[in-house]
Amino acid sequence: MLDLLKEPVLAVQEFVILAGRAFRNIFRKPHYTDDIILQMDTIGVGSLVVVALVGLFSGIVMALQMSRALSQYGEVEKTGTLVAITLARELGPVLTAIMMAGRNSSGIASELGSMKVTEQIDAMRALGTDPIQKLVTPRLVATCFMLPLLTIIADFVGLFGGWVIAVLRLHLGSRLYWNSAWQALEWNDVAQGGLIKPLVFAVVVSLIGCFYGLRTTGGTQGVGRSTTQAMVAATIIIFITDAMITEFFVSQGAS
Amino acid sequence: MAETGAPSVLRFENVTVSFDGEAVLTDVSFEAFEGESRVILGAAGSGKTVLLKTALGLIRPDSGRVLVFGSDLGKMREAQLFDIRSRIGMLFQESALFDSLNIEENVAYPLRNQKAIRCPASEVLGRVEQALDFVELGGTLEKFPSELSGGMRRRAAIARAVVTGPPLVLYDSPSAGLDPITAHTIMALLIKERDMAQTTTLLVTYRYQDGNLMANFRYNSKQGRLEPARQSDGPLPRTTFMVLREGRLVFEGDQDRLEATADDYISKFCKQRE
Repeated sequence: MLDLLKEPVLAVQEFVILAGRAFRNIFRKPHYTDDIILQMDTIGVGSLVVVALVGLFSGIVMALQMSRALSQYGEVEKTGTLVAITLARELGPVLTAIMMAGRNSSGIASELGSMKVTEQIDAMRALGTDPIQKLVTPRLVATCFMLPLLTIIADFVGLFGGWVIAVLRLHLGSRLYWNSAWQALEWNDVAQGGLIKPLVFAVVVSLIGCFYGLRTTGGTQGVGRSTTQAMVAATIIIFITDAMITEFFVSQGAS
Repeated sequence: MAETGAPSVLRFENVTVSFDGEAVLTDVSFEAFEGESRVILGAAGSGKTVLLKTALGLIRPDSGRVLVFGSDLGKMREAQLFDIRSRIGMLFQESALFDSLNIEENVAYPLRNQKAIRCPASEVLGRVEQALDFVELGGTLEKFPSELSGGMRRRAAIARAVVTGPPLVLYDSPSAGLDPITAHTIMALLIKERDMAQTTTLLVTYRYQDGNLMANFRYNSKQGRLEPARQSDGPLPRTTFMVLREGRLVFEGDQDRLEATADDYISKFCKQRE
């Protein structure tokens, strides 16, 4: 029984050490600014289209589904309210993070895993560079910058998708839709869904990818395994942390 | 090998390394002195690569001590190890060139990143070109590793290993997977580096002929080629052979003793001197 627990406990310990060193390195020299910018481009700009598409269709689907439910109570004009709340609090941050997990956690794991099995990580250490400083911290910083921005973009594009349905399908006025959406949002929603959740998810997406990448063994087969594990683990942890953050805000009476 | 009066460069004292409870190096002890060449033979999985990585401080031993240039690696933090590593060149088995960097950036990497080297930015390109000329890869600065053949990648990796002029160079199976002509070219470069820079060399290989070349040939800088050491002036290169078997050091001595051994495992690596 103890042997069964040993491996997951050791993995958690390794992850915590990796996370600690990655955060500590933010304040230590050298700072690999070029790598941060490169990662912001790869992780952030590279995910823009897919995140926008997910946001758009989430907004469209939410407007369609909510309007159907609201029509039973004669409250179709509140479609904007529901689309805004669901997108800002849950769908925007969670779906964006899941897309990032699928695209970036796996990408990071496969890139670092390939470097690991071809001894490039060892070579980096041999040539005077801390791989965590050079590879992990830039990805962490870049994801923490880009995921909140992408979430906000996904929220707005989603609201736009909802507006398209509201105007073309439900024949609501634009002003009514945007007013109800705007008034539904509180600062708390912006803090929770636009900043806190995306930041936590960014840490999960980047560090899980790096963690699985850096512990890759077993050649190209091992790289494939790490890639899948990173994506699955990041997705599950995103849902778990989402539930925890939501529970925290609900218990504070905030939402 | 008996001490020659030359300073100790690398010393293993009863080093044991294990992964997941399984020993990959067991109670290994030896000492390499300045200017000496050590040829480490062993079958796949015998612990050769682990030995080199332990010497570089990439792997920490479970027990025993590793002293490099007199410093105990076990007492050093990772940041302190960088200074020691700046005095060691390492050729990894699969070259380990950085895929995302071109050859110039790869070779310049230790000059730009090893703090102890302190190479002015204005001198980096010159030293990179010099190192690439040394391995006869002068025209490949802009190329990426994926654009080079296996032998060329190995040569570029040698250039990266020696660009800082390290006094100790570790080569992990430099000729593995190469055709005989390319393998000979790579070995000639290693001997050239050893003789021109007077480096201490650790060569890990499973090919006895690599060790034979290392022990019996030297580089003639005037003629620009290898020649048998016995035909040239000066003493023979100081070469010690070591044989690893399942993580244990089962032989340490010169080539004559190696070839005279009756041990089945050890004699499998030996071919008669040409």
